Amino acid sequence: MPSITVRYFASLREHRGRDQEQVEAAGLRCAADVWSRVSAKPLPANTLIAINQEYATPESAVRAGDEVAFFPPVTGG
Amino acid sequence: MTIRVQKESFDPWRVLAAHQEAHARDWVGRYGATAVFVGSLRDFNQGHAVSGMTLEHYPGMTEGYLEKISAEARARWELLDTLLIHRYGPLLPGEPIVLVAVWSVQRDAAFAACRYLIDELKTRAPFWKQESTPDGLRWVEEKKL
Repeated sequence: MPSITVRYFASLREHRGRDQEQVEAAGLRCAADVWSRVSAKPLPANTLIAINQEYATPESAVRAGDEVAFFPPVTGG
Repeated sequence: MTIRVQKESFDPWRVLAAHQEAHARDWVGRYGATAVFVGSLRDFNQGHAVSGMTLEHYPGMTEGYLEKISAEARARWELLDTLLIHRYGPLLPGEPIVLVAVWSVQRDAAFAACRYLIDELKTRAPFWKQESTPDGLRWVEEKKL
């Protein structure tokens, strides 16, 4: 089954209760679709998105084999 | 251009001395300015006492992002070299979190590139701080610009 790997970090990882999961790629066109597949709740405000470890937007296209990450604003440095 | 994302604590001043020593032959007489930023863990933040911190990161993306901004700095300013070290995992107050060092011919480029690197790192590099406070663990919120 062609799938997409979904990863979560920091408070969003705790909110989701897991650090990653696989979802079936069929029917998923963009990052926002991926979130809708894993959660019935809207994407929390200020959530950042990365596709294959590059910053992306909710409208960015996804395909089978991608790694899509959702995480809160960063606080390094 | 050197990037390290590491769990181990480090002494930024020893690292700087070692880095300069390692490049001494190539660099002698070529740079006129070194700008350095060291960020350390305070024992207070946003009105709370802080007894420790854990830094989470996104392995792979973090290194990729730091490489990207280092390359961008070298494209924008005339630099001999950049050095970026950032910790992850558990930290104690007083320990260094981040080191940014830039070597250039003149101070304007050195200051500007150092400032650019730490500002980009703080706003976009995928790290998250979780503090230990008297009230328990607490995710640090983003700094409002």
